[in-house]
Amino acid sequence: MKAESKDNKRVLMVGNHVIGQAAIEAGCKFYAGYPITPQNELTAYMADNLPKVDGVFLQAESEIAAINMIFGASAVGERVMTSSSSPGISLKQEGISYLAACRLPAVIVNMQRGGPGLGNISPSQSDYFQSTRGGGHGDYRTVVLAPNGGQELFDLTYLAFDLADIYRTPVLILGDGVLGQMAEPVTLKPSFKHEAVKVDKSWVLGETKNKEPKVIKSLFLEYGALENLNKELQKTYDIIEDKEVKAESFYVDDCEIILVAFGATSRICQKVMMSLRQKGIKIGMIRPITLWPFPKKTISDAAHKKVKFLVVEMNMGQMVEDVRIAVFGKSEVHFFGRTGGIIPSEEEIIEKIRSLS
Amino acid sequence: MKHIFKKSPLLLDPVTHYCPGCGHGIVHRLVCEVIEELKITENVLAIAPVGCAVLAYDYWGFDTTEAAHGRPLAVATGIKRVRPNLVVFTYQGDGDLAAIGTAETVHAANRGENLTCIFVNNGVYGMTGGQMAPTTRLGQRTTTCKDGRDHKREGYPLKISEMLAVLDGVCYIERTAVNKPKNVILTKKAIKKAFMNQIEGKGFSMVEIISQCPTYWAMTPEEAVDEIENEILKVTPLGVLKDV
Repeated sequence: MKAESKDNKRVLMVGNHVIGQAAIEAGCKFYAGYPITPQNELTAYMADNLPKVDGVFLQAESEIAAINMIFGASAVGERVMTSSSSPGISLKQEGISYLAACRLPAVIVNMQRGGPGLGNISPSQSDYFQSTRGGGHGDYRTVVLAPNGGQELFDLTYLAFDLADIYRTPVLILGDGVLGQMAEPVTLKPSFKHEAVKVDKSWVLGETKNKEPKVIKSLFLEYGALENLNKELQKTYDIIEDKEVKAESFYVDDCEIILVAFGATSRICQKVMMSLRQKGIKIGMIRPITLWPFPKKTISDAAHKKVKFLVVEMNMGQMVEDVRIAVFGKSEVHFFGRTGGIIPSEEEIIEKIRSLS
Repeated sequence: MKHIFKKSPLLLDPVTHYCPGCGHGIVHRLVCEVIEELKITENVLAIAPVGCAVLAYDYWGFDTTEAAHGRPLAVATGIKRVRPNLVVFTYQGDGDLAAIGTAETVHAANRGENLTCIFVNNGVYGMTGGQMAPTTRLGQRTTTCKDGRDHKREGYPLKISEMLAVLDGVCYIERTAVNKPKNVILTKKAIKKAFMNQIEGKGFSMVEIISQCPTYWAMTPEEAVDEIENEILKVTPLGVLKDV
């Protein structure tokens, strides 16, 4: 399916296709991927559509090869993307660490499935720790964007390419099997005001005409050199934490319970919140859109003695740790999760909420 | 006084970290000479491996990127596919190319990626202290096969060049050595051909260069070059394995 992108017409599209089209609109010119469910529609979409805009699609022999192929194409200055699902993302971690260390922009999509191990092919959020803590070896971060469907899949994918270029860092889009497979209406243009970003590309290789030779590397053997690289990276991470935090809040000034959820789970929690508010229950919600940088202040500002937090996730309790750090003992923090590819129902979340009072 | 030989300006001046008698210095020089002679300095892009040649970018004067261990040909694929006008080559050792990177090597070759691969084979992991490599000969002693490689215990040496030569995507494979002047000259010829093939768009070319590692063969430099001549070339003979 190739969606019309010239006007602002809304089209019905599955999430995996939306991400693909957003990448193409953002100027992605190289994509390498490897088959894994539940993200195969994205790989197929890129195979169909990237060549039409003079981009290159490659089915790699492995997730490892795919991440290293985008490393190469990024080193010569193209906008690049790869995608996978949880077990495949584990395989990409070495490459993500190298991208971070070499300061190469790249967009990596993880449409999560149940784990650990081979797990299953149903939706999950159990890669939160892996995504928000760097994931591979060494002291680094990746920006982690967590869309919750529809237009946001488009907007955040589009934004991911800008952030990757501006900060010279890998950016992760953390979705899940629901978001990838669900069809929703979208406009195939960013819904936010977008201006072309001007970024320094003087580091790009292969443009040596009359210039000094350039090197892209992450090996620093001289005393202090590697610490300096880490300090440089940290400086960038500090700016990202300062400028790029995104979260959405509902009724936090007028509630006794605050739900915290991201991605597909936040859609369920939003329905829970609306139906309980209609019944007069004072409930609100915070939805982190960037998982790293985490919206610490949004959560901290909402925390006080008289409010209780309930963190809902499709895992055994991962983001809840960040919420506890942000709340810093000012409120009770509770957790409800289903895992192993099971999506929590509105009813069981409501039951958990009732058990808190 | 007349100059009859001059170091290629692409071979930079720092003191290298290579051991006395190591073959890498010769191969670096040959690669630089070929790039200079083909006048491709401004559009050549190298991929350095993990292994003894990990610091190659400090010694040569053209754009280079590092790659994770075993991944140079995947990185090279990404580069060449979006920048077909660049002349892209990987410089890899036997551990990088034929152990941890076997999948990337086989598939880049099989896809017929229009790349040049300089494969320096010394039969040991030098950088990490002389462990057994995929190409360690039967009977050869290393820190991880102290009694000599025994096929019953460690398996056979991997004939990676022979393996690649049967693939349809491969255009040229030659095995050479840098143990004596005649072989050095033949190696340079092979490297030049592997670059020319890429410039002419012919596909995947690889030169396997048998190189000496006196340190981890526990030999003097002189003994090491003789070892190649008298022992190694008996089991891995020089010559063209494929040329289409």
